[in-house]
Amino acid sequence: MREEVYMAGMGGQGVLLASQILAQAAMSAGLEVSWFPLYSPEVRGGWATCTVVVADGEVGSPVVGHPAAMILMDKIAVENHLGKIRPEGLAIVNSSLAGEEFDRDDVRIIAIPANDVATEVGSERTVNMVLLGAYVASAELVTLADIEQALREVIPERHHSFIPINVAALQRGAQYVTNHR
Amino acid sequence: MSERKLINGNEATAEGAIAAGCRYFFGYPITPQNKIPEYMSEHLPDVGGVYVQAESEVAAINMVYGAASTGAWAMTTSSSPGISLMQEGLSYMIGSELPCVVVNMVRGGPGLGNIGPAQSDYWLATRGAGHGDGRCLTFAPFSVQELYDLVGEAFTIAQRYRNPVMILADAILASMREPCRLHERRDPPPGQPEWAVGGPRDGRPRNIINSLYVDLAEEEQVNLRIARRYEEAAQQEIRFVEYGADEPQILICAYGIASRICQTAVQQAMQAGVSVRLIRPISLFPFPEEAIRQWAERVEKILVVELSLGQFIEDVRLAVEGRCPVELMGRTGGMVMTPEEVTDRIVDGRGRLNECLTPGPSAAGRGE
Repeated sequence: MREEVYMAGMGGQGVLLASQILAQAAMSAGLEVSWFPLYSPEVRGGWATCTVVVADGEVGSPVVGHPAAMILMDKIAVENHLGKIRPEGLAIVNSSLAGEEFDRDDVRIIAIPANDVATEVGSERTVNMVLLGAYVASAELVTLADIEQALREVIPERHHSFIPINVAALQRGAQYVTNHR
Repeated sequence: MSERKLINGNEATAEGAIAAGCRYFFGYPITPQNKIPEYMSEHLPDVGGVYVQAESEVAAINMVYGAASTGAWAMTTSSSPGISLMQEGLSYMIGSELPCVVVNMVRGGPGLGNIGPAQSDYWLATRGAGHGDGRCLTFAPFSVQELYDLVGEAFTIAQRYRNPVMILADAILASMREPCRLHERRDPPPGQPEWAVGGPRDGRPRNIINSLYVDLAEEEQVNLRIARRYEEAAQQEIRFVEYGADEPQILICAYGIASRICQTAVQQAMQAGVSVRLIRPISLFPFPEEAIRQWAERVEKILVVELSLGQFIEDVRLAVEGRCPVELMGRTGGMVMTPEEVTDRIVDGRGRLNECLTPGPSAAGRGE
């Protein structure tokens, strides 16, 4: 088993945190994992990408040319990366910022208005968790319970008051996928 | 077994050093390795260690020189431009027969370059360490766990050969997080080695440490002694790992992060119908010449994959001694090849080994 998840968006949207939570959850589930970030120097407004590779044996390359799955958080991420996804692959796209028109018909695209869902949950800043929840519900890699546990491990204790709203966002993202199946 | 922690290569480097017994760190900030000094400044005081942010890389390596003279387990870390600045100090340490550990998280160059991943300091690491007839023992990990383990072992190796040890990693290994099993922190061995500076007040003869030998014949004897240690290291410290087919058509040589990329390319090429073997040197100096030479007798050709435009390939060619063609696939300046690109270079459209593996350097950048 080998799963590759490529996540991309604007700096500040939470690409690195969400992908690290996914990596932590996969490790806790007993799998091998690599988390490889690549981002521009700006704190906000630049770009951020991350590749998470999960395997039940050796991970091999942390660098992936054509990933099996992508989580794309804005229009630029879709323009730059959707073309590279493997045929038959899975893309979770934030339609609030990227629209709903895509030029790939050979991949499974789940468009979710993640900014709107996050705002309903109570904070637009949980947009990364909405999309991560949607990915977890669409792929059979880890469970939402694994992710919730990882959230507690990755987020520093002083920020643990934010965990409930993040969990709510994860669940809403997952529900969106289940409801639109 | 201990619990696994999801840590990045910088954290693994710092914790690996502390756990092995390193108690003195001197450094100067540079991306992509700033998490190492940050971690050291936070955690070294917990174990009674000393962290100093020097005023420059030149000062940092000379502080390491001073600490090492006393027998202390000392280290510094930096990235390419900073390692250039440390060359003089390293040469003095080799000449003074002093151990230390230096980690280079290589970034794109030459010059200030960028903070992307590169392997273009191969020559600097394996030939370098400034002027004179000495070198750094050099090791290249390919995962966060191996980085943690190797940094720890590097202190023992440095002591054994009384020579600086260079750990050659890159910007990906620095920032990449992977599960890592950590062991208990150990103290360095008690007391001072017999060669350390000291004198009658410590109840032993006076030791003077420097690298100045006005007597030419004496300098030659010192250099021969250092060379004998390298010969001994070539007997004891050669490390490499092989993957893939037992009867390969082609051998891939790659180290560090490039060998991780090739691990996946080997699987892809085998699925496409070409039998491939990958040899991954962990020790770069001493170099696993014999293992590569033996494969050179048995394969059609060798492909060298490196994040530089033909540095590591020189050691492969020296080992092969013309027994088979050796071709290069290199990316440079912070750019990385994907496993798919390596596979495409090896396998032609009909599932056979490509006739020509190297379209030339002008084609190297046609990936992205």
